[in-house]
Amino acid sequence: MSNTFSLDGAEVPFAPGQTVMQAALTAGHYIPHLCYHPEFKPHGSCKLCTVKINGRTAASCTMPAEAGLEIESDIDELNDLRRRLVQMLFAEGNHFCPSCEKSGNCVLQALGYDLEVHAAGFRHQFPDRPVDASHPDILLDLNRCVLCELCVHASSEVDGKNVFGFSGRGITKHLIVNSESGKLADTDIALTDKAMQVCPVGVILPKRVGFSQPIGQRRYDQRPISAQALDDAPRPSTGASHD
Amino acid sequence: MVADANVRMAELDQILERRDRDPGDLLQILREIQELRGYIDPATVTYLASQLGIPRARIEGVAGFYSFLHLQPHGEYRVLFSDNITDRMLGNQQLLEVMCHQLWLQPGKVSEDGLVSIDMTSCTGMCDQGPAMLVNGRAITRLTLQRVQEITHLIRNRTPMADWSADFFRVEDNVRRSGPILDNKLAPGEALRIGLNIGGTAIVEEVKKSGLRGRGGAGFPTGLKWEACRNASGTIKHVVCNADEGEPGTFKDRVLLTRQADMVFEGMTLCAQAIGAQHGYLYLRGEYRYLLEPLQEVLQRRRDSNLLGKSILGQAGFDFDIEIHLGAGAYICGEESALIESLEGERGIPRNRPPFPVTHGYMQQPTAVDNVETFCSAALAIQMGADAFRAIGTEKSSGSKLISVSGDCPRPGIYEYPFGVSVREVLQDCGAVNTRAVQVSGPSGICVAEHEFHRKLGFEDLPTAGAFMVFDDSRDMFEVARNFVQFFAHESCGFCTPCRVGTSMLKQTMNKIADGHGTQHDLREVEHLDHVLQTTSHCGLGRTACNPVLHTLRHFRPAYENRLKSLDFEPGFDLDGALERARQMTGRDDAGAHLNTEEA
Repeated sequence: MSNTFSLDGAEVPFAPGQTVMQAALTAGHYIPHLCYHPEFKPHGSCKLCTVKINGRTAASCTMPAEAGLEIESDIDELNDLRRRLVQMLFAEGNHFCPSCEKSGNCVLQALGYDLEVHAAGFRHQFPDRPVDASHPDILLDLNRCVLCELCVHASSEVDGKNVFGFSGRGITKHLIVNSESGKLADTDIALTDKAMQVCPVGVILPKRVGFSQPIGQRRYDQRPISAQALDDAPRPSTGASHD
Repeated sequence: MVADANVRMAELDQILERRDRDPGDLLQILREIQELRGYIDPATVTYLASQLGIPRARIEGVAGFYSFLHLQPHGEYRVLFSDNITDRMLGNQQLLEVMCHQLWLQPGKVSEDGLVSIDMTSCTGMCDQGPAMLVNGRAITRLTLQRVQEITHLIRNRTPMADWSADFFRVEDNVRRSGPILDNKLAPGEALRIGLNIGGTAIVEEVKKSGLRGRGGAGFPTGLKWEACRNASGTIKHVVCNADEGEPGTFKDRVLLTRQADMVFEGMTLCAQAIGAQHGYLYLRGEYRYLLEPLQEVLQRRRDSNLLGKSILGQAGFDFDIEIHLGAGAYICGEESALIESLEGERGIPRNRPPFPVTHGYMQQPTAVDNVETFCSAALAIQMGADAFRAIGTEKSSGSKLISVSGDCPRPGIYEYPFGVSVREVLQDCGAVNTRAVQVSGPSGICVAEHEFHRKLGFEDLPTAGAFMVFDDSRDMFEVARNFVQFFAHESCGFCTPCRVGTSMLKQTMNKIADGHGTQHDLREVEHLDHVLQTTSHCGLGRTACNPVLHTLRHFRPAYENRLKSLDFEPGFDLDGALERARQMTGRDDAGAHLNTEEA
């Protein structure tokens, strides 16, 4: 049996060990996602990449690819669910795009545009979340955190530092830093860390670089995230083997 | 001061030594420190990080996940009122108010002298003898105004809990109807000897043939699980008994662990023989902390009788032992993969599946996780034989089932029935009259109204983990649903977006309706929310979180509609409510301190 599954009617090849998301992106098919990052092991918390596999819903980033699966992704029902999830994330935190340095480079904002989220949908929570400006070079603004855990993984797996972690649970789950004071200044984070680069929203920011790139010329100002994500995906032509 | 600090470190070192400085035992270490000190201070977290060789953020993350662990001082006496709907029906809220008033305290806050804190907690599994509470983790039952006043007095005088009346801590079994499990006089080792005679493969076959299905709620065929685990590759395997009985209204495992502990351990040991496991774990919910020592005594007695340990009953190579892990206040740890994470000393987050625990469980090794009652039933099936076991109950639901009855009835307690008993029969046996509804299998289960009382408990019709909460016609089913919704919001692990945000949104909507600001629009929103949670949640908690509202809406819509405004939409923001904080700070609550004074 050939190693392919069907995604919205298209045959998608996959290599053993790949998840549905990984195979789809490699083959040039976009499935909306937020917490998934091609360089890290998928953990499936945002649920934006939910697809229907043989009629049952599942997160495509963590679901192992199997030959013969019938998968639906770009259908009204699922895109409506994704819009609701994006609305939930916007309502959960404090996101003020016009004053955010990440605007135009923000994955959450880009998903909002691409999925055509036109209304708030849910009551905004306006949570009381701290800003940690203790570090001389780095700002930590937890108002925008979407709890994707990418910084946690980048810091421990790439930087070998464990600067970030999570505490609390439910709606009070929150990002913490690895110091007795609870302040970023007392950790060993550095500007060159991978953890500085992976935040999809505007939580972890270098100081003193406000708006150096004008609005309108930023990443998702140029191309929608559905196109940009495919450019970023590891592809066979870039040398990766998928035989 | 230095000597003092040294003593404090020596205490920690003792705990760490006992646990071999194993980061996998982090939750147990934190729980012991919490018990010793009342909270886990930042310096202790830093010291643990250095001793265990793990980041302090991980320790803080674990401590911050479990309700019974505290990173800030929480009072010398930490009082938690059980807040299941059955506790509410017995007046727990008034008792909490009285206690707070007498100790000059707000719920959730610590008194200024650091003496006491008072708060609510999820169901503590004492619904048949509520209202109940936990003080410093110890269960107290049958609260009355007088009892609460006595406790308040003891706390104010800083009386050590060892000197409190033993009657406070008395937990009754309340067995009202017994059957083949509760009546069982299984001699320790009896089923195990049969198992040794027939061998591991035959045990699996016998359990398969018995038709036994998991008693924790999901109903997976136990024999198939054991078989998959037996066939899984790997030489090290584990047996885990799920005694994290957190579903509100359920307390049958408490009674089984009190009266039939040998039968539970016998079932676990049979499973070990069947799958080839060396290690067993009983994951005991923190609320049942008082059972720890008695259970350890049973384990020791079984070791002394060669029913645990090396070469069990003289069978060379059959080495198996059981240790007890305590939970620390997290309902989600009843989900088997979250339970395994918790066993490994992590935050109790359900894992991505596949792979499943039978191949990649504890320490990524093959693991059979079963409920307390399932292990008892497995021991029974081996003891009496598959055919005899199958003769009890119905075709697709063989064996007997323990039902935890609570709520509006004169005889709450444990009832053991063959599967297939109707809701009406249980109601008659417990003496319930004028019953409006029964919540079967807890908040995540099914709300059954009067016209459905002919329905039968069993996998064919009404599957149940055992909870059976009775509500008579004086009860407001909207308030029942609201209590369950609050429970889910409190217990969501926070991992996935839909459950983390959705349960919280649902709670707000129910509070909005309760406050008289609800509209038809809000009811429609609940249905939308349910669709998102059902289809995208990471685990069963999120997927079932809207059930209490949907079920009560279906049967008791007027309970909601009576509260609604005639408008189609009303904003969730309450302008006058926003002034509450200002009123508190200024100590004013007169008409002039409210916005809507004209109406009054």
